[in-house]
Amino acid sequence: MLGKHTDMIARPRPRSRKWFRGEGWTALFFLLPGLIGIVLFLVLPILASIALSFTNWQLLGTPRFVGISNYTRLFTTDPQFWTVMRNTIFFTVEYLVLNIVISLGLATWISSLKIGQRWFRVIFFLPTFTPLIAVAMVWMLIFTSGGLFDSLMAALSLPFSGVLNDRTLAMQAVVLTSIWAGVGYNTVLFNAALDMVPATYLEAARIDGATAWDRFWKIRLPLISPTLFFGTVMTAITSLQVFDQIFVMTKGGPGSSTATLGYAIYQRGFQNFQMGYASAIAWVMFALIMALTALQFWFQRKWVHYDA
Amino acid sequence: MTLKSKTRARRKLALDIINHAALTLVAIAFLFPFFWMVSNAVRSNAEVTAIPVRILPEVFEWGNFAAAWTRLPFGRFFLNSAVIAVCVTLITVVVSCLSGYAFARLKFRGRETLLLGYIGTLMVPPLMLIIPLFLIVNKLGLVNTFPGVILPISFGTFGAFLMRQFFLSIPMELEEAARIDGASRLRILVSIIVPLSMPAIGLLSLFTFIGQWNNFLWPLIVMTGADNATLPVGLTLFQTQQGTQWNYLMAGAALSMLPGIFLAIILQKLIYNSIALNAGMGGR
Repeated sequence: MLGKHTDMIARPRPRSRKWFRGEGWTALFFLLPGLIGIVLFLVLPILASIALSFTNWQLLGTPRFVGISNYTRLFTTDPQFWTVMRNTIFFTVEYLVLNIVISLGLATWISSLKIGQRWFRVIFFLPTFTPLIAVAMVWMLIFTSGGLFDSLMAALSLPFSGVLNDRTLAMQAVVLTSIWAGVGYNTVLFNAALDMVPATYLEAARIDGATAWDRFWKIRLPLISPTLFFGTVMTAITSLQVFDQIFVMTKGGPGSSTATLGYAIYQRGFQNFQMGYASAIAWVMFALIMALTALQFWFQRKWVHYDA
Repeated sequence: MTLKSKTRARRKLALDIINHAALTLVAIAFLFPFFWMVSNAVRSNAEVTAIPVRILPEVFEWGNFAAAWTRLPFGRFFLNSAVIAVCVTLITVVVSCLSGYAFARLKFRGRETLLLGYIGTLMVPPLMLIIPLFLIVNKLGLVNTFPGVILPISFGTFGAFLMRQFFLSIPMELEEAARIDGASRLRILVSIIVPLSMPAIGLLSLFTFIGQWNNFLWPLIVMTGADNATLPVGLTLFQTQQGTQWNYLMAGAALSMLPGIFLAIILQKLIYNSIALNAGMGGR
């Protein structure tokens, strides 16, 4: 009893000094370069971004606190905001679905090959390693009025021309470009996952008389579902931030038919210098990313299997 | 072999060949934009925009590559991009190794909490921080300078986490022997741990380098002078008020793609293995 009592009194002192006991100082030495950078260029910006979104700062002069008026302006009076929001969600959903379907298809196709798997992987991966700006520029040339795409459409007598100047079709051109640029990473990712499915499972199913179709849907797909889920979440997060291809190909136009949240942040912040307002848009984007990610995590219970 | 199994094997071979041929066609179609880029890089600008569109140029103007290079300070853009990408990569690797070592091998209070904080910051989208980062760079008087571009993007937390994971897989006994001999922690990191971690360091360097070589928005915002522009930003300078110099633009774009294409081809095995690692851990 007494021993326990003295123990309780005696303990706090050495503990408060223990902070830097032993390897604490060494650890601080190792962590310091990173910590300085992270505090200055990651933690501080996050805090500043929240604070800024409640001000009307225009880069010159002093920022003035304006409460939530940036946010209320966004949601109620800004005529562009809902268009931008709709464009972003539209782009993300269409791009995400197409990317996953195409890359899964390509990955499965590549894994069915006897020879040359790695060369096909490299080919589809190439655009991933090249500047998106350069990629967007060649697609802009393809889609330019009277360009390759238009002549192709004319040859097939299809009524799609001058797509980059068309309010409904411009976004489709941006999606197609993004697919070409981005499908390779997921193709290699899913291909690697498919390679890890034990051949014995597929062999056993084959002997039991399962068709190729069944083997895909009932064995390979469930087994790679954790990777599929990972790829879907990562792709969604990056596509909500789409910027480069829009900057090059359409500058958000025609009208504001391809303006997305990422483009709006750039436009409001660095062309109109409305730093406070643009920060509010950034937080809306963050909320959207979190919401979509949470939704995907919620849905994963229905289709992702971890029991392999 | 019976006749029946022979025909079956033959049919299987035929299907295999068709399968390969079909995917080869898809791959060629996929590569078409690269071909289109080069094909348009070697024509006159009038021919680029001429109707009807020709698949191959009427006159090959190979000099366009040299012209694009001298028309704008392209060599300078190349150098700017290289300096930025190399510096960011070096800082990232050094800082990540130091932090990763502390997280993997040193005991200190709050280690787990701090590590969790590091991982948490991975969820913050980069585009969101562009505005406050620019304001900080502006405040430090670093707008249109190389440190202004390089420093803010060199301290991501992903590298620290990656290196920690790798260091954990290196047997403890190796460094315990060195410690008994009286080597310092830094000495152990530099002469024992780092040489053993070259695969992970190579991976981190590769993806950091390519990421920065291709980065557009951040250099666009910080580098306000045309001379300090990086390659992707420099390319946009071919689009002027007077119209687009398509042929030079395509020549420049093709040149800017070379390092990435080169690395993707020669390091394909490393890239596949690293992505396969993600696939193996997928979602777990």
